[in-house]
Parts: sequence; C-alpha cells; structure tokens
Amino acid sequence: MTALPLNGTPAATTPLPALRLVDVACRRGDRLLFTGLTETLGPGELLWLRGGNGRGKTSLLRLVAGLAAPEHGQILWGDTPARRNEGFAAQLVYIAHANALKDDLTATESLAFLARVHARDAGAPALRAALARLGLAGRERTPVRSLSQGLRRRVALARLALETAPALWVLDEPFDALDVAGTATLHTLLAAHRARGGSVLLTSHHLHLDAAAASAGFRMLDLDLLPRDAAVAR
Amino acid sequence: MNGAVFAAVYQRDLRLAWRRRTEALLPVAFFLVAASLFPLGVGPDPQILRLIAPGVVWVCALLAAMLSMPPLYAADHADGSLEQLLLAPGAGLAVAAAKAAAHWTISGAPLVVAAPLLGLLLGLPSAELPVLFESLLLGTPILSLLGGVGAALTLGLRSAGMLIVLIVLPLAIPALIFGAGAAAAVDAGLSPSPHLSLLGALLIACLVGAPPATAAALRIAVE
Repeated sequence: MTALPLNGTPAATTPLPALRLVDVACRRGDRLLFTGLTETLGPGELLWLRGGNGRGKTSLLRLVAGLAAPEHGQILWGDTPARRNEGFAAQLVYIAHANALKDDLTATESLAFLARVHARDAGAPALRAALARLGLAGRERTPVRSLSQGLRRRVALARLALETAPALWVLDEPFDALDVAGTATLHTLLAAHRARGGSVLLTSHHLHLDAAAASAGFRMLDLDLLPRDAAVAR
Repeated sequence: MNGAVFAAVYQRDLRLAWRRRTEALLPVAFFLVAASLFPLGVGPDPQILRLIAPGVVWVCALLAAMLSMPPLYAADHADGSLEQLLLAPGAGLAVAAAKAAAHWTISGAPLVVAAPLLGLLLGLPSAELPVLFESLLLGTPILSLLGGVGAALTLGLRSAGMLIVLIVLPLAIPALIFGAGAAAAVDAGLSPSPHLSLLGALLIACLVGAPPATAAALRIAVE
C-alpha cells in the first residue's frame, strides 16, 4: 500500500521518532539566549539553525544532545524526554565544533575509537571506506597531529559515512574548514541520510546553503527572530 | 555499565600512553627521586631510615599518584572527546572506571614494582618488602579511584593540580595509615593481615563509590 523507501533496509522500517522542542528557553550564565522555541524535526527533514554570534546556536545543539538541560520547556524524542534516554542516545550522532580527535592517534584509530564508543563498530574495511569517502584515502595511518584543520574536520565527519540506519544528526558548523570537494561530499551524505529517513539539525554560517536550502528543502530556524529577554516562568 | 565504552577507553588510554612513553614514566621517576631525598635530608642513620621507610614510600607513592592526575580528564575535556564519550548510552560509569583502570596501569603499577627497590634502598629488612609490595598493590588502585574523583571535580579549573591534591589527600589518609602500618606491624613482630584486610575493604568501598561520583562530576563539568 505505502511505497517502500528508496533504499529501505530492514532497520529502516520503523521510522525515526520526531524531535520535538516545546517552549524551550536557554540560559547561559545569567543571560537568556532565547525563549519560547517550539519546533518539530521529523524523519527525513533537515533544519538549518541560523542566528548571529552568541545567539545560542551551539547552546541549542548541546541542549538537544542532552549535554545540558534547558532553562524551561521540554525536548522530546517522540513522546519521551530525550535527555538521559538510552534509545535517543543510541540514535544520536553529535559532531561538535571540537573534532574530538587525539593528536597522537592516526586517522583510522581516531575514527575507530569514536565508532566503537557509539556502538557503530564496523570493522577495518568500513573504516577505510568511510575515510576514503571523505577524501582521506592514503592518509589512514597519518597521525592526526600532522593533518590540517580541514582534514581533521573530514576525519570527524567520516563518522557520518559509517552510518547505515536512520538517526538524528546534530552537527555544529559541519561545513567549517571544508573545501569545495568536502562540502559536496557532505551534501551527498546529508541527502543519503535524509533519503533513508534520518533527520538533521545543523548550524552554518555558509551562504552557499541558501541555494541548497531552496533546492533540497532545508528548513530554516532563525534564532535572531526569537525573543531573548522575555521573563521565564520561575 | 557500557562494556564497549570501558574497553575502548581503556585501550585508547594505554595506546596514548605508549605513544608518549617518556611522559608516562614521569610519576615513577618522581617517586624514586622524592624517596631518595629522605636519606639526604634525614641523615644516613640506618636505624631511623628503616623505621620511616614504609611511611616514606607510601607518602611518595601518594604524591606521585596525585601529580599524575590533572591531565586524566583535562585533555579529553579540551579536545571534545569527553563530550563524545558521555553521549554514548550508559557511558558515565564506564568512562570513570576505564580512566581509573588505565591510570592505575600506567602510573600505579610501576609504583608498586618500584616500591620494594626503594625499600631496599632505605634499608628495609627483606621480611617487610613483600608486605610493602602487597600494601601498595591494594593501595595504589585506591589512589587512582580517589584521584579520578578529584580530577573530575576540578575539571576546567585553573590550578586544578593543587586542588586535586587538597581534595584527595584527606580522603587518602586511611589508605596511608593502613598501608604504611602493614610494614610497620611486621617490624614490630605483628601480623600485617589486619592492615591488609582493612586496605582491601577500603579498595572495595572505593571501587563501588568512586566511579559513580566521578561520573556525576564529569556530567556537571561538561554542562
């Protein structure tokens, strides 16, 4: 009756729950960064978070990832709170501004460690393929210390190329430090992820996304438009 | 507890220590240098040195363990690894336990091995050397576990090193008393087993109590 997803895998038959932000307020120190944020991110959707410096983009991503608690409101994964929720944690890929790589490990070791910690241990061929996908073929055994900023970003993003099941990707400035080819690769990964029913929440200052937003159906959320100084219910 | 995270963190920390071998040797070097200062400071009287030897070895082991604590979580905190680790399901306990285990393997075990040598240097009778070894074998994991709590509590603070020492030393006093007391008991012609049993009980209490406390402190630190 219903059409199968294009590249449907058995795991993809249960759709990903929606991420729901309900009247969320975020406090950083003694300042309210934003209040009254209500938004839903369903499977297959991409939400592009915009806003000036210091408007709370990264703080919102950290709230969604569960690293901090909102000042007010709720963050739900389907119908259950997302924070301290093992089901949510297993379906979340959060790539922060910091790459979480160790200078003394090689690119492969770094990727293998992150994959293992997040239960996406895929074996050496998959790791090699993921690194190659991000244009790091031939640099598998290079220590992270001697990689450039852009190449380090690619190693961190290679985690995305290991993903096979629908998941929620929360990406903090993923396009930063990437060159044209890296940007194109990331767009391909994002499109494949959305096609298999995954959802994406990302921040970016890059204006090239404006064109992508129009053509690939990115939704936009501008934190500049939210009230920041409204009184919060105590 | 997430076993995959435990194994991954433990193996990674050992690998990182192996890549920086000289850095990993610093605590045991400090241990040897600090303990060998005592004959110079106290004077070479064999009688006095023999009496104070267990205490000297234990205090120096305690300080060596504490000095190697500050980078335990700080490096992972700075490069974003700690956030990634804590995001994995059920990872807090696993990270705390793996870090303490890795710290003991890298910094604690060499102290245990070096302690009998220092005992010999200070003129400890050979009957007391195995007891000193056993007391440190039980005691250094306690120091790694307590130090983990201190390192997690002071994460992101300046002068974390001093604070760790100030937080952990009072907690480590029972271990110090029973540890140094075990060898002293042999010297007095008594059995060391009560001291060692109490040290074992302390170790069990720290195994149960320290990782949850560390995990809670880590969650606060990344928030």
